[in-house]
Amino acid sequence: MNESGRNDGKSPLVEVDGVEKVFHRGAEEIHVLKDLHLQVPAGEFLALMGPSGSGKSTLLNLIGGLDRPTKGTVRVGGESVDTLSDRHLAAWRARHIGFVFQLYNLLPVLTAERNVELPLLLTHLSKAERNRHVQAALAVVGLTPRAKHFPRTLSGGEQQRVGIARGIVTDPTLLLCDEPTGDLDRKAGDEILDLLQALNREHGKTIIMVTHDPHASARASRTVYLNKGQLSAEPVK
Amino acid sequence: MAGPINWLSQVVSVTKFGLLGIPQRRGSVAAAVFGIAGVVTVLVGVLSIAAGFRQAMAASGAADAAVVLRSGADSEMVSGFNRQSTRIIADAPGVARTPEGPLASAELFVIINLPKRSTGSDVNVPLRGVESAAFRVHGQVKIVEGRMFEPGKDEVIVGLGAAREFAGLEVGRSLLVGRREWPVVGVFSAGGATAESEIWTDAPVLQAAYNRGDSFQSVYVRLDSPGAFTTFKDAVTTDQRLSAQVMRLSDYYASQSTAVTKLITSLGVLIASLMAVGAVFGALNTMYSSVSARTREIATLRALGFGSGAVVVSVMLESVALALGGGAFGAGLAYCVFNGFHAATMNWQSFSQITFAFAVTPQLLVLGVALATVIGLIGGLLPAIRAARQPIAAALREL
Ligand SMILES: Nc1ncnc2c1ncn2[C@@H]1O[C@H](COP(=O)(O)OP(=O)(O)OP(=O)(O)O)[C@@H](O)[C@H]1O
Ligand SMILES: [Mg+2]
Repeated sequence: MNESGRNDGKSPLVEVDGVEKVFHRGAEEIHVLKDLHLQVPAGEFLALMGPSGSGKSTLLNLIGGLDRPTKGTVRVGGESVDTLSDRHLAAWRARHIGFVFQLYNLLPVLTAERNVELPLLLTHLSKAERNRHVQAALAVVGLTPRAKHFPRTLSGGEQQRVGIARGIVTDPTLLLCDEPTGDLDRKAGDEILDLLQALNREHGKTIIMVTHDPHASARASRTVYLNKGQLSAEPVK
Repeated sequence: MAGPINWLSQVVSVTKFGLLGIPQRRGSVAAAVFGIAGVVTVLVGVLSIAAGFRQAMAASGAADAAVVLRSGADSEMVSGFNRQSTRIIADAPGVARTPEGPLASAELFVIINLPKRSTGSDVNVPLRGVESAAFRVHGQVKIVEGRMFEPGKDEVIVGLGAAREFAGLEVGRSLLVGRREWPVVGVFSAGGATAESEIWTDAPVLQAAYNRGDSFQSVYVRLDSPGAFTTFKDAVTTDQRLSAQVMRLSDYYASQSTAVTKLITSLGVLIASLMAVGAVFGALNTMYSSVSARTREIATLRALGFGSGAVVVSVMLESVALALGGGAFGAGLAYCVFNGFHAATMNWQSFSQITFAFAVTPQLLVLGVALATVIGLIGGLLPAIRAARQPIAAALREL
């Protein structure tokens, strides 16, 4: 896409600059984010914490190009995400962003491997190449034996591992996880965190993870706290 | 990056995911499919009545027979010829000849009132004055009861259909024509042709009774062969002494059936339109519930980078696919139930009892499937737009 979009190692991969986000609910205005600044260098594993309703998902969606800021700019790899047209934004997401959702968001009608393949359908890879990438991603998350299973026959932890495989199968610039362990028990959650940590350390993935769980944020290389629309390095008491 | 091939494969994928999910939504899908099938069955079924009737009327006139009317006259009622013109027509090339002369019958036609057996109310019945060749021109005319009228005498014979439909036409009874009583001397059949619902008498006798002088209204001829039609037609229409138009009997009867077929067609279209509106709402409802059941799924696909255009087209395709399934089922059902179904009705234009079979023609099947497609397109449009317009971030929050 845009070669200046590759990170040169000096400027941060993600730059959120003076971002404001206002939602409208009827006549009411909800100011979720106010003059927010955030920089995420490439290779970081950032945890984003904060009370419920503080706007963590909103911020993650802005970085992932699922929504646009009311004010301010969001740059990822030098590209101004907020100015792209809807059509280019969709293509940009396909190329640069991997999403992992709290409720996995797998397609129930597709097997694990077909779910993992979804983002690859937007590339020009041949069927054989797609399959190679799918098998590699499933191997990373340790789900090769479950490749042909449908989501409903998998445990929550396994479904989330399919979700992560889908998130990394295109080798995206950035992996965005919104409470990836929020629906899992401690043991399954730990396995997912092990996996994310390994992706960060061994595969050099830049990860931003929203979480409520201090146990989860402890695995990250840095944690920021969102409160009253602003970020801080320390939790607000 | 997002080339047309890529876009197409997106459409194919998203459509496939939608179709794969149909078993989960089979209740509402089945309701919509059967709704559309019902519309198509009714439309094709009713129109097959009109098509069958038209076919029967066309078959009622042989291809090697023709009728001559005055130019500009679309029925016998408003046509007219003098005797000299009828002779020129009878002698034209192409007319079949026998030792007794050409097979041409100059005829006139009046309307009399008779009570209908079933209701007792007076209706119009045609009384036709014919020449002797009429028996070999109007299909296969045979006396089935009594005898033939005697030329020059005030006598009538009645068609089988007329004898059945109207009161007082039994052999031995008399018919009030003008101020005089004419005895019924026989009953004739005409192989199911329209003549069976008429009353016939000798042409000169009818001319005298109605002060028609020596004028006729039409000339019916049998041709040497179906191929002789053009020769005959050209000779008659180019003759300077005549002002006449020529129609194959089969075409003439087909044109005479337009009032009935129009009535049936508009009735069918009306019923089918009303039902189609209902079916559109059924399809709309099905696709709305499909789209809302898939809100998070569609949002997920769009988050992954699938385009909203591909989503719109896929939802429309799914809707059209369901509609086509319903349409094909409905058209097939109409074919099995209606094609060849026998019925009898009155042709109000010629007062003939026509027996005919419903005809589910290929055109009707195509029409039915086309209607289903339109229903599917309309029913899918709004849900498709809703699916594509939904903000991704908000849709992802839905459970
Ligand atoms: N599309 C929207 N329209 C209106 N209000 C919204 C919308 N999206 C989010 N909000 C509101 O913005 C605020 C922040 O929501 P957000 O989902 O970002 O919070 P969060 O920190 O992720 O919360 P949680 O921890 O519960 O997931 C909430 O008050 C929410 O109701
Ligand atoms: Mg959230």
